[in-house]
Amino acid sequence: MIHVLAFYLFATLVVCSGALTILSRNPVHSVLWLILAFFNAAGLMVLLGAEFIAMLLVIVYVGAVAVLFLFVVMMLDIDFAELRAGFVDYLPFGMLIALVLLAEIVLGIGLWSAGPIELAQRAAPVNPELSNIQAIGGLLYTRYIFLFEAAGIVLLVAMIGAIVLTHRSRGGVKGQNIAKQNRRRPQDAVRNINQPVGQGVEL
Amino acid sequence: MTAFFQNLGLPFEGAWLLSTIVGILLIALPVMLAVAMIIYADRKIWAAMALRRGPNVVGPFGLLQSFADGLKVFLQETIIPSAANRTLFLIAPIITFTVALMAWAVVPFQVGVVLANINVGLLYILAISSLGVYGVVLAGWASNSKYPFYSAIRASAQMISYEVSIGFILVCVVLWAGSFNLTTIVESQKGYYGFLNGNGFNPLLFPMAIMFLISAMAETARPPFDLTEAESELVAGYQTEYSSMAFALYWLGEYANVILMCALNAILFWGGYLPPIDWAPLYYVPGILWLFAKILFFFFVFSWVKATVPRYRYDQLMRLGWKIFLPTSLLFVFLVSGFLMFTRYGGAQ
Repeated sequence: MIHVLAFYLFATLVVCSGALTILSRNPVHSVLWLILAFFNAAGLMVLLGAEFIAMLLVIVYVGAVAVLFLFVVMMLDIDFAELRAGFVDYLPFGMLIALVLLAEIVLGIGLWSAGPIELAQRAAPVNPELSNIQAIGGLLYTRYIFLFEAAGIVLLVAMIGAIVLTHRSRGGVKGQNIAKQNRRRPQDAVRNINQPVGQGVEL
Repeated sequence: MTAFFQNLGLPFEGAWLLSTIVGILLIALPVMLAVAMIIYADRKIWAAMALRRGPNVVGPFGLLQSFADGLKVFLQETIIPSAANRTLFLIAPIITFTVALMAWAVVPFQVGVVLANINVGLLYILAISSLGVYGVVLAGWASNSKYPFYSAIRASAQMISYEVSIGFILVCVVLWAGSFNLTTIVESQKGYYGFLNGNGFNPLLFPMAIMFLISAMAETARPPFDLTEAESELVAGYQTEYSSMAFALYWLGEYANVILMCALNAILFWGGYLPPIDWAPLYYVPGILWLFAKILFFFFVFSWVKATVPRYRYDQLMRLGWKIFLPTSLLFVFLVSGFLMFTRYGGAQ
């Protein structure tokens, strides 16, 4: 009973906040609705018994990705009129993506409702007694270790690429030399002098 | 507790719901009381270190000072700046406050005394603490004012930076305990060298304990890392435009977070509800008292640091997080997992 109520609560909120993400006029509000959608999707995953994925979703997407989104959107000065003008140009492309997604969902649900395929069970059987983390870790670090490492390398390359593209040496930037600052002692910086009255200080 | 309500004639689900709500109240209300008292303790410690008396007028020894302050802000007028984004301006402090209380759900107070004994407990705490940044960022943006906005940007950069190293520190502890469940983590700390309880006595984890303490200060924006509300640069930071109860919610949330971080320190590295020495008579003292004693000790350390250490510069803060803590904690993940591979899990076959 509580499960059903919770499911409908989370599902309704995901759908509504997803819709509001694209409908709201203010981009900051859009990001906030997106965060609510992420959060409720995590709730749905907890109901499915995938608590590890749910926590990762919150940590990675809500805790890191969406914060950066919000960061960028808050600081950007977005011209809404210009955005709206591009809407018609992008319409066919958007429709195409929407169609592909719809086809995939229909295909997926159709196959699933035709009968349990259990491809994953056949390819990599999991002991149902194990907890989420142990099951995922057991597969990821044995059977799929090369794919997993390859994904890691792709991410590393992407990160280095982003740094290379944006990093340029600019002149006139004054950096802090921490080692030099730490070496500095009070006797190098402070001088006690007995200054006679009525005379200027010699620096 | 569910069984108790079931005996009263409720169906299982109703009993479960009722007992959860009672459990939440049993945790949240004492936490609020603890926050009020800990604010008083903070001010007293701070005052003592500055050779002042601190609050000493309201009630005996000034014990009721926090309640008087609470009443004062409660009776104040809530001012909302005319250029502010009204809804978000009001939601932001509520987020901070709620998130600060939510994380307590998985904290074990004693063997089996925990609201939600889930096997991803530590990940839950990480997830919840990563939500805390929204309260600050939204406050900065919704205030539509310069200094709060600067502060919000500082806060989000600071919190994300230190969450990374906290994540790696937690990985070390999780590797050692072999579980994400907080109760299991506490139980796994029994009997170092046959007589000590606590991961902190482990030479491989002791540096992590120190780093976690420092990262916890940065994560909760306590001095010396309180750059989000550096008054010489940013007036009062993200809460500049806040008044009355909205301001009080930030205040309470901040201290609830500090107590939570102290509790996490105790649970992850110093044996949580276990007595520090593995000696049978000490187990007659209820575990919750040991936990409280450890929380209070770490809170004293927090206040001590606040009273004595000058504020960091922002570039120093970022350097400490990214260039020192991140590589060091990564190295320790490597060391701990290597050590465990060769000892507990039987070497590299």
